[in-house]
Amino acid sequence: MAGHDDRTGGSGGLYVRRADIFPRAIDGFYRRLKWAIMAVTLTIYYVTPWLRWDRGAYAPDQAVLVDLANRRFYFFDIEIWPHEFYYVAGLLVMAGVGLFLVTSTVGRAWCGYACPQTVWTDLFLHIERAIDGDRNAQIRLRAAPLSAGKIAKRVLKHGIWLLIALLTGGAWVFYFADAPTLARDLLTGDAAVVAYSTVAVLAFTTYVLGGWMREQVCIYMCPWPRIQSAMLDERSLIVTYKDWRGEPRSRGMKKDAGAPTGDCVDCGACAAVCPTGIDIRDGAQFECITCALCIDACDDVMARIGRPRGLIDYATLEDCKAEAAGAPPVSIARTMLRPRTLLYFALWGVIGLAMMFALGNRTRMDLSVAHDRNPLWVQLSDGAIRNAYTIKLRNMESRPRDFVLTLDGLADGAMWESLGNEAESARTLRFSVAPDSVDQRRIYVRAGADGGAAEPFAFTLSAADGAHETDKAETRFDRPGDQP
Amino acid sequence: MTDRNAKTDKSGATGGPEKTGPKTMGHEWDGIEELDNPMPRWWLWSFYASIVFAIGYCIVYPAIPLARSATAGTFGWTSRGDLKADIEKVEAGRAEFMRTVATTPIEQIDPQSPLMRQAVEGGRAAFKVHCVQCHGSGAAGSKGYPNLNDDDWLWGGDRAAIRQTLVHGIRQPDDDKTRLSMMPAFGRDGILTADQIHDVVSHVRVIAGQDKADASARRGAPLFEANCAVCHGSDGKGLRQFGAPNLTDRIWLYGGDRDSVTATVTNARGGVMPAWGQRLDPATINMLTAYVHSLGGGE
Ligand code: SF4
Ligand code: SF4
Repeated sequence: MAGHDDRTGGSGGLYVRRADIFPRAIDGFYRRLKWAIMAVTLTIYYVTPWLRWDRGAYAPDQAVLVDLANRRFYFFDIEIWPHEFYYVAGLLVMAGVGLFLVTSTVGRAWCGYACPQTVWTDLFLHIERAIDGDRNAQIRLRAAPLSAGKIAKRVLKHGIWLLIALLTGGAWVFYFADAPTLARDLLTGDAAVVAYSTVAVLAFTTYVLGGWMREQVCIYMCPWPRIQSAMLDERSLIVTYKDWRGEPRSRGMKKDAGAPTGDCVDCGACAAVCPTGIDIRDGAQFECITCALCIDACDDVMARIGRPRGLIDYATLEDCKAEAAGAPPVSIARTMLRPRTLLYFALWGVIGLAMMFALGNRTRMDLSVAHDRNPLWVQLSDGAIRNAYTIKLRNMESRPRDFVLTLDGLADGAMWESLGNEAESARTLRFSVAPDSVDQRRIYVRAGADGGAAEPFAFTLSAADGAHETDKAETRFDRPGDQP
Repeated sequence: MTDRNAKTDKSGATGGPEKTGPKTMGHEWDGIEELDNPMPRWWLWSFYASIVFAIGYCIVYPAIPLARSATAGTFGWTSRGDLKADIEKVEAGRAEFMRTVATTPIEQIDPQSPLMRQAVEGGRAAFKVHCVQCHGSGAAGSKGYPNLNDDDWLWGGDRAAIRQTLVHGIRQPDDDKTRLSMMPAFGRDGILTADQIHDVVSHVRVIAGQDKADASARRGAPLFEANCAVCHGSDGKGLRQFGAPNLTDRIWLYGGDRDSVTATVTNARGGVMPAWGQRLDPATINMLTAYVHSLGGGE
C-alpha cells in the first residue's frame, strides 16, 4: 500500500488520493466458495433471459420477462399483473427480513460474495492478473515506463473489460423483451434507441465501477454497509484477527530466544490479498467486505509454519472475548443457530409460505365495479329507479374467455349494457374478454322505487368455461331519499 | 479587534492552535476559520464546461430579455412556435375523426362502433363546457332543467330529435326552426278562475296517480278536456310535437306537488335553451348528441 503521505494540499489535506491496490491471488476454501458463487450468479444473470416457456399465441415465450409496455411480469408459470404488485412488496419484505437474517448471522456476507459490485470487480481482477501477472508483476508494470509491451497489455486488459461490460449491459435488456428477437435487432441495428442506450449506460457503469472504482464503490458510494453494520451484534460472524493469539508479531522465523511471540509472522499476506486494501490486523474496519480472502491467506501461512488455522477467522465478538480469556473456540453451527437468527428465519419462512399460498390460490379473473355518482340514481317515467355502474372485467389468462355476470341480491333488479339495450335487460349478462386484457363496460341496473335508499347488493362474475373461478364486487343501489 | 480575536492572537496561530493544517482562506469569524480545500479537478472541469455550455446556449436559443422582446437566437426556435407545432400535430391527428363525425349523420353511426365511442367522449368534454351550467355536470338537470339521464323526453329522445333540439334550441326567437310552443297562463290571463284551476289540478293529480278521484277532480275533468287536452291529450300523456309533457308519468320538470302544478297552470311554463347550431360546429353538435343519447335514456 502506498503511504498516507500521498496527499494533495501539502501537509495533510482532507482529500487523499486513492492508493492503487494490487490484491494478490490466493487459493483456499473461501476463495473456492467465491468462485462457486460467482459462477452461479453470473450464470443466472446471463442465461435466465434465454430460458423459453410456452405461453401460447398471446404472450412471448420467455420464462422470465418484464414486459413494461404491457405491464406484465412473467416468471416461469407465474404471471404478475400491475394490480398484483403486492407480490413484489412481499418479496421486498422478504428481502428485508432476509437481510436481517444474513447480517445478524454472518455479517456483511452479501458484500463479500454475492454483491454484483463484488462479483464483477472480482472478475475484472482475475482478468487483470491473467494479463499483467500477480501483485508484484502488476506493481512493476505500473512503475515501468511506457513500452510497446505495456501498451499492448493495457489495451488487451481494457479491451476485455469493455467487452465484458458490453455483454453485461447487453444481458440486462434481454429481461425486458423477447431475447432472441432483441438480440437480432441489436445486431442489425433495428432495436429501439432505449435498448441501445440502456446497454451503453450499463456497459459504461460496469466498466467504470468494476474496472476503475472497485473498492471505492464499497467504501464511499454504497449505502448498504452503513445499514448492514448497524444490524450486526456481538454475536454476528465477522472476519477477525485474533490478536491475543497472534501478538506480539515476529518477523520471519527468527524469534528472539526467550521473548514470547504470537503466531503472526508479520508476513503481510493477509493485507496483500485484501481487495479493499486494508490490514485486518488493525481490527474490525468498515472497509472490510468480509470476503474472507485474508482467512485463506493466513491459513495458508499457518499451515506452512505448522500452526493451527484460524488466526484470522470468522468469529463473533462474544466468542473472541471468551476465546481471549482462554475458552475453546465455538463451533460455527452454534454461532449461527441462536434465537435471533431462528426468529428471523421463521419470519422469513412464514412470509414466503404465505406468498406461495396466495399465489397458488389467486384467481386469474377479476371484477371491479364503480358506481356512477353523478347522478347517483335516475327516476324513470314509470317510477322505477335506475343506477349506472362502470365495471372492469379482467382476464389474466393468455386465452380469450367468456364470463357471466350475475346480480347477487336486489330481488326486483335487472341489468343491461349501455347504449339502448334495455330491451335485453336480465339478471345475468355474458361477456367475452380478450386474452390478457381488461374490458371496461357500462352497466345499467333498474329496480323498483321501494327499498332502502342505499340497498347493498353485489355483482358476481363467474367463468363460463367450466372453471370454478368467481369474483364478487360489493356495491349498492341508490334510491331517492336520505342517504345513510 | 474584539477581545476574542485578541485571545486567538495570543495563542499565536491564525491557522488554528497548531500550524499543521492546510491553507486557510484568511477569513475568521469568532475563531472559526475557513479552510482552503481544493475542488476535485473533475468538478472544476464540469463547472467550466457548464459555463461554456451556458454561453453557447444563450447564443443559439432566445435567452436574454431586451426592452420589447428577447434575443432571437440563431436557430429561430421559440417556445411559442413549439407549442404551435404541437397543437397543429394534435389537430392533424384529430382532423380525420372530426371530419367523419361532422359529415356522418349521427343517427347512422353504429352505437357499438369505435367512432361512436370516440364521439361520446368528445361530447362528454363539450358538455362539460357548454351544457353543465343548466343541466349539471352529471346531466341530471334540476327544477326546470330536464334530467337528460331519464327516459322522459319533451321533444323526443332519439338521436335525430336530440340533434334537432341542440341545433335550434328551445323557444329561441332568432331561429325559425326552433322548438316552439307556448302554454297559456290560465290564471294570469284570466282564462280560468282560481276555483277552476284548483279543480284542473285535482284532475291532473288523479291522472298522475297521486290522488284519489274526488268531487273537485270530477269537476276538473271537463275543464281539462276543454283547455288542456289539445296539447296534453285527453289522457294527459302529452304531445311531443308541442313539447307538452306527459302528465301521467312520475317525472315532473317543475315539481308535481299541488302548489307547483297550480303555479304552472296559473302562470304557464316555457323553458328556453340556446340554439347551439349558431355557436358550435357540426362535429361538436354531433358529439354532444352522441353523448346525451348515451346517458341512458336515449330512445
Ligand atoms: S480484511 Fe479480509 S475479509 Fe476484509 S475485505 Fe480484506 S481480505 Fe476481505
Ligand atoms: S497472513 Fe497471518 S501471519 Fe501473515 S501477517 Fe497476516 S495475520 Fe500475520
